[in-house]
Amino acid sequence: MIQFPILSLIIFLPLAGAGFVLTVRGDKEVVARNARNVALLTSLTTFILSFFLWFNFDTSTAAFQFEERAEWMPGLNISYHLGVDGISMLFVLLTTLLTPICVLASWQSITERIKEYMIAFLVMETMMVGMFSALDMVVFYVFFEGVLIPMFLIIGVWGGPNRVYAAFKFFLYTLAGSVLMLLAILAMYFVAGSTDIPILMETRFPVTLQYWLWLAFFASFAVKVPMWPVHTWLPDAHVEAPTAGSVILAGVLLKFGGYGFLRFSLPMLPEATVLFTPLIYALSIIAIIYTSLVALAQEDMKKLVAYSSVAHMGFVTVGVFTLTVQGIEGAIYMMLGHGVVSAALFLIVGVVYDRTHSRDIETYGGLVHRMPAYALTFMVFMLASVGLPGTVGFIGEFLVLVGIFQVNTWVAALTATGVILGAVYMLYLYRRIIFGKLTKDSLKKILDLSPREIAVFAPLLILVLWMGVYPLPFLDVLHVSVNHLIEQVNVAKAAAGGVLAAR
Amino acid sequence: MAGMIVTTVFLPLIGAVMAGVLAFFAAADKATQGRLDRWSQWLTCGPMIGSALLALFIFRDVVAQDNVGTVELFTWIDSGALEVSWALKLDTLSAVMVLTVSVVSALIHVYSIGYMRHDPSIPRFMSYLNLFTFFMLMLVTADNLVQLYFGWEGVGLCSYLLIGFWYDRPSANAAAIKAFVVNRVGDFGFALGIFATFLLFQSVHLETIFAEVQGKADATFNVFGGEFHALTVICLLLFVGAMGKSAQLGLHTWLPDAMEGPTPVSALIHAATMVTAGIFMVARMSPLFEYSETALAAVTVVGASTAIVTATIACVQNDIKRVIAYSTCSQLGYMLFACGVSAYSAGIFHLMTHAYFKALLFLGAGSVIHAMSDEQDMRKMGGLRKMIPVTYAVMWAGSLALAGIWPFAGFYSKDIILEAAYAARSGVGGYAFWMGVAAAFLTAFYTWRLLLMTFHGAPRADETVLAHVHESPKMMLLPLLLLAVGAIFAGYVGFESFVGGEAAAFWENSILVLPVHKALENAHLVPGWVKVLPMAVGVAGIGAAYAMYMVLPGLPGVLAERFQILYRFLLNKWYFDDVYDFLFVRPAFYLGRNFWKTGDGTLIDGVGPDGLAAATLGLARRAGRLQSGYLYHYAFAMLTGVAVLITWYLFHRAG
Repeated sequence: MIQFPILSLIIFLPLAGAGFVLTVRGDKEVVARNARNVALLTSLTTFILSFFLWFNFDTSTAAFQFEERAEWMPGLNISYHLGVDGISMLFVLLTTLLTPICVLASWQSITERIKEYMIAFLVMETMMVGMFSALDMVVFYVFFEGVLIPMFLIIGVWGGPNRVYAAFKFFLYTLAGSVLMLLAILAMYFVAGSTDIPILMETRFPVTLQYWLWLAFFASFAVKVPMWPVHTWLPDAHVEAPTAGSVILAGVLLKFGGYGFLRFSLPMLPEATVLFTPLIYALSIIAIIYTSLVALAQEDMKKLVAYSSVAHMGFVTVGVFTLTVQGIEGAIYMMLGHGVVSAALFLIVGVVYDRTHSRDIETYGGLVHRMPAYALTFMVFMLASVGLPGTVGFIGEFLVLVGIFQVNTWVAALTATGVILGAVYMLYLYRRIIFGKLTKDSLKKILDLSPREIAVFAPLLILVLWMGVYPLPFLDVLHVSVNHLIEQVNVAKAAAGGVLAAR
Repeated sequence: MAGMIVTTVFLPLIGAVMAGVLAFFAAADKATQGRLDRWSQWLTCGPMIGSALLALFIFRDVVAQDNVGTVELFTWIDSGALEVSWALKLDTLSAVMVLTVSVVSALIHVYSIGYMRHDPSIPRFMSYLNLFTFFMLMLVTADNLVQLYFGWEGVGLCSYLLIGFWYDRPSANAAAIKAFVVNRVGDFGFALGIFATFLLFQSVHLETIFAEVQGKADATFNVFGGEFHALTVICLLLFVGAMGKSAQLGLHTWLPDAMEGPTPVSALIHAATMVTAGIFMVARMSPLFEYSETALAAVTVVGASTAIVTATIACVQNDIKRVIAYSTCSQLGYMLFACGVSAYSAGIFHLMTHAYFKALLFLGAGSVIHAMSDEQDMRKMGGLRKMIPVTYAVMWAGSLALAGIWPFAGFYSKDIILEAAYAARSGVGGYAFWMGVAAAFLTAFYTWRLLLMTFHGAPRADETVLAHVHESPKMMLLPLLLLAVGAIFAGYVGFESFVGGEAAAFWENSILVLPVHKALENAHLVPGWVKVLPMAVGVAGIGAAYAMYMVLPGLPGVLAERFQILYRFLLNKWYFDDVYDFLFVRPAFYLGRNFWKTGDGTLIDGVGPDGLAAATLGLARRAGRLQSGYLYHYAFAMLTGVAVLITWYLFHRAG
């Protein structure tokens, strides 16, 4: 059956928009206006298109849906192969949701090279959606790496004073990881004779090879997540990046790592996954406790939120490697929730940064007096970040902990300390910025949220509460695919056990 | 029936949202602001009173007609075997709680209209109060542990918001954070308890758990590196949560600080309702606790210790609200050790009577503070009885109830708890009994110390304050009088149903007590002296207070001087806060700073990216130096290379 190539359309529509922006000529005003409008329209259309995926998604099958396949390098058995399942579909939506929000959030705060900025974001959207829907290793790798370029530029060109250092640190860290992954992809290709992901999932790799492959993938994904101790690029990148750059970075790019583990490490390298699980647990626990404490000591708002992201990602990696239904569903849900909440928190920081051009917590205090709507919005996202039941943060955290408790209670208890520490640093941050008397002269005239900013936050606010009170529409998408994934791992483990027994 | 309970629970939420919206309308002038305030008061008090009236019907329905059941709203979480619904469960236990919560809450809403009259953010305050009540009602009607947790954290949130209501004050903000974080520590245990429950039962649904518990009475599971009795582990973890919320020893430090909030908040949240959630939870989970002697013993010991320790602290505090706050900790201790000796119904009975008389005391104290132009230090009060007679009268009623003097409410509920502790005939029961008796003496003492210092003797306030002393408006007195009725009659009226002969028919299946735990049955058969003792020490405590503060006013000073170490120890609240500061707060900041600067900065970045970058630069420089441009340098390097290659080749040929 020839299907309507919806995935390709979603992937390449933003690129087409970028091409259109590229052709805009005229004086600065006109270019800026057109670039903004085209970017917003394109990304909104993409977002609406992506709903087609959700509405037509069949939750009863674990098979890849909306598949497309075209010959690319037939001699090498490499093809342009796309498709989504329950694990990846919602990430596509997350991406298409956040891009228009980013465009809208940059409406006024970016004043230089607007055309190039919008192009960078649209190209990035193409890369991100492509990454989540790729079903061929080579296609995946192209998108996975391609996303680095626009992000590198966004940090390096539109970033803060220390942007070049941060941009290079970001680029080198992630590239160093990815090079190893490329080697692993080559090795897999030589064993399986194909780079097709569904085929690779069926391939049984020799156990010793699996260990090396797993470590190579791990190098790449751990940097992306980021896991302790390869997390130090993240605070720098966030601090220097413009607000919208941080939003995409925290909202979507960090999910590449968790997604990679789910798509490759678990189903393709099950024995190695089992072997290395303790390593993941150890690093995750360190990440949660260590970075939570570091977050507590921060004096820079953005850095604090960045460190809190590392801590939250610690929950995700724990959840993925529990290999339980609750753990993995919780991890995916946590990634989606974090995508919304951390994006919102960076936007929250951006609101006051736009007004005062300071990220120092010290320079604020008593904002509630002038900005009540801002205070309420911040409050909701802060509570979602600390995982208050009824918000999206709770569901993911809770499911991850339910999952890990069945596997290892000590790990569960240590992971759960993050719930306490998270409350400490977030409440402490909120208090220093929002509460107290408004004494500083620089804040006496500060303005509350503008209608444009409310339009940015409103969808995120609704999502945070909806996903917290009625998460079923999202969880339903996951069930079958997650069960199938766990089955794949278990079958492989059993087969390996059989081989061992026969020996 | 279904519609009624849903309406009861959700009315306050609707009120909270409406008042919350009003809070965002910035009024241009005073008159508009006044109109907005009045609207918000109507929009919150209306639903709340409606809720309270409906709760009365529900209570009658449940008790008289056994109309129990669960109303399922919709599925919340569904993942693998874990299935959680939004559902409202109705049985005697939840009906009692719904009634107590909504009635007390409605009265406090009305009181707040008067008390907060001069506050600039009335809509926000009313909205928080309503939101709190919603979460509390969700908590007590939960049909599964996760929804219980939802209400649990929700009331914690509202408590945080209300303690920090006056957000200009640094002390209020600090207290708010402290309350939230200390509660989170308790919730950490609660959450682990939920996970352990799920591990054992593969369900978090209360009915399912209770149905299967008998079969798992001796089950063990492997957690935390050992093989433990499953139900003991579960109960102890859940109990940690109860300790946090009910401010039990170790996790009690947030409650006195919570007095930074407006007084109606102290009455509603930090006396009558939220802090009793822990007791409610233990009673709700009685089918699990019953199978674990260890957990029950832990509950008893912690409860009894809290009762006595916090009572000693209450004796030396000078802030009128803090005295009542420590008294609350102490009374919660009573309720818990009642549960610990399997007299759950006695614990809930005391919870109910306490809700009335403690709310009364707090609101009375609020009335005093209101009259004294926001002065809370009792050393600056005195001689107020003639100036605010109604407040004085209702404070008497509340104090008599708290001290456990016949026939006031506290007498009935406290006596039955002490008798049950005695009748438990166990070591921990005996400990609880004697601690409870000692605490009863102290309770009477500090209560009368409060009364005498506030209302009797010569006025110690300055002229300007005294000139402004006035009785509170009717809006505040009406709730006080209604609560006083509760403080006087609730014990007498409730006794037979809650813990007397009709108890079995009253509670039905909502509380489980195994036949081997006979404490409550035997409580009615204890020797005469056990029955008399609590009231006798109460009278003695009143006498002691009278002697020290009326007959010999110099005595407290002399005693404080004489036993200075003890006095300081008590005044500084057994140094709990200082120890925690030393053990947790400061190390956390110290570690955070060092992990950041040394860990991330020097070690990871220093060795990692920055170190590599420096090393690469160094190498590049050295490599650059190799390109000297002199031909003989290059020729030499080439010759060396050729020599090495040939040698290597030859060796391999030979080998």
